[in-house]
Amino acid sequence: MRYFLCCITLVFCAAQAHAQQPTGVKAEDTPNDSGGSITVVWDYPESYEKAEQIRYIISVGEFENGPFHSAKYNEANLQSTDPGTFGHGEETSQKIFARITAYVAPTDPPKRIAIENGKTYYVQVIAHLPSGESFPSAVASAEAYENFFNTLKTNNFVLGTIFSLVILGGIILAQKRDLFIRRIAGLEALDEALGRATEMGKPVLFVHGLHDMGSVSTIAAVNVLSRVAHRTAEFNTELRVANRDPVVMAVSQEVVKESYLNAGRPDAYSDDMVFMVATEQFSYAAALDGMMVRDRPATNILMGYFYAESLLLAETGASTGAIQIAGTDSYTQLPFFITTCDYTLMGEELYAASAYLSREPKLLGSLKGQDIGKAVLLIVMILGTLLATLGNQTLTHIFTAY
Amino acid sequence: MLFLRRSLPLIIAFAVGMIGILVYYIPHSGAQALEQELTTWYRIVAAFALLLGIYSLMRLHWNRVQRQQSGWGYSFLVFVGFVLMSIFATYNDGQGPLNPQVIDSGPFVWMFKYVQVPADATMFSILAFFIASAAYRTFRARTPEAAILLVSAIIVMIGRVPIGEAIYHALPEIAQWMMDVPNLAAKRGILLGVSLGAVATALRIIFGIERSYLGGGE
Repeated sequence: MRYFLCCITLVFCAAQAHAQQPTGVKAEDTPNDSGGSITVVWDYPESYEKAEQIRYIISVGEFENGPFHSAKYNEANLQSTDPGTFGHGEETSQKIFARITAYVAPTDPPKRIAIENGKTYYVQVIAHLPSGESFPSAVASAEAYENFFNTLKTNNFVLGTIFSLVILGGIILAQKRDLFIRRIAGLEALDEALGRATEMGKPVLFVHGLHDMGSVSTIAAVNVLSRVAHRTAEFNTELRVANRDPVVMAVSQEVVKESYLNAGRPDAYSDDMVFMVATEQFSYAAALDGMMVRDRPATNILMGYFYAESLLLAETGASTGAIQIAGTDSYTQLPFFITTCDYTLMGEELYAASAYLSREPKLLGSLKGQDIGKAVLLIVMILGTLLATLGNQTLTHIFTAY
Repeated sequence: MLFLRRSLPLIIAFAVGMIGILVYYIPHSGAQALEQELTTWYRIVAAFALLLGIYSLMRLHWNRVQRQQSGWGYSFLVFVGFVLMSIFATYNDGQGPLNPQVIDSGPFVWMFKYVQVPADATMFSILAFFIASAAYRTFRARTPEAAILLVSAIIVMIGRVPIGEAIYHALPEIAQWMMDVPNLAAKRGILLGVSLGAVATALRIIFGIERSYLGGGE
């Protein structure tokens, strides 16, 4: 009888230990990184109450039979918190994951040993209960390595490729037949504004935004500057280009010089036309306001990315009676430009400006491609909204950025 | 010569542009190191360009002082500020130019804190008056768009101050709804266009279709 009770107790204890033991433990290389990390996955306990009580410790060893050392890992989360890696399925709320990047050095405990690429590591998840009992899981192994493609960005890559092909398609199409491009009032008025400066014998002031050469809006502004400089060279009008960034200034000098050369007026170019004003935001605004008030340029062209100085510049320019054309992709500053400038290029119109002014079929074709892309996005948004309303999130997930 | 002026910049733009796109998708340490290397190159170029910038700034103001153009006194102040800040930066609160810049004491920090920062704040505060005058000019225009703008601006402005709730209890919620729904929709519409425009501009430059940065010629 005693023997029987002992057996029953042992079986019961073993069953209880088995119940507390982390199950479904898997280890694998952490995807989409430059190596040095292993992802460990295990099952969520049967109930929320149980999960609240358990504290997990992950141990790492270089051999299957140990010794194992405490690992440094980011907080264990449910897979559903990282849908980019684990997907959106129901099962992700039943799995826990943690990413290991290092473990405690056995000889010098405060030190950490980083996970090396190409080396096999053995991992064990240990569940600690409030009673002080510990239940180690089965051992799993994995090897960390560097990845060549970030799969989290697959949707971005595919959509980017599709839109690029649409834009390139527009360019090819434009070479075969004439395409209708909607009128952009701000750019239609550019010649008029430059002509006014010529007639008045006053300068044209071109103001760059605050971003450096790494910003697309600055690149677009430089492209517009090239067209403006070509016209001012033809009209023999004085051009002044104000800069906040020294690299933008150096690039602008070259662009204006080349434009004057192409217009057959290299003699009219001077390095002083493109100058540095200030690197600080409000010093830049104060200096330009002073120039606008003292020199009274007939035309102010403000292109690029602006911040709070936008209104200081545009309102001062408006008070001097200059024709003002602004272009920015900074949506927070757009209202200020719209209220104070005669013409405003909004958002993508700034990027389209150079192509529009050149009237080159190839460049205009890219604008057509852009419009087609926008139409596609609109359709997808409407469709996505309808599907999401009906409870289907597929399209929403496809367009989610990770 | 034509190769150096036309073809080489196009080849560089294509190569660097493609690298820039590819490293975005490649987490491999080699790709990341290459991106880091390009960033370092940019910093080196920027450091040299800064010298050009200082030269340009000095030249601009020197010409003004020399010709005694209107407001030439301000140009003179540029030189005073430049020389003074250079001396203070070199002095480095007694630490000398070879030690890291002291950032919590000394005349350089004092000048920044009590001259530059208040001057910036003054310029920023002028914005309030400029907003008022710009708003007045816009609201005065008798068009349907201006009327919509006026009404929505009044609702949002009053809805965001305590008196708004006192006038009508739902005004703050209406103001918030206007910010969260119509305003956000317009903002996202602009952002979508901007993103596609950026892709198109990048493609035009990478594939050498857009050459205006080379001077606008063919």
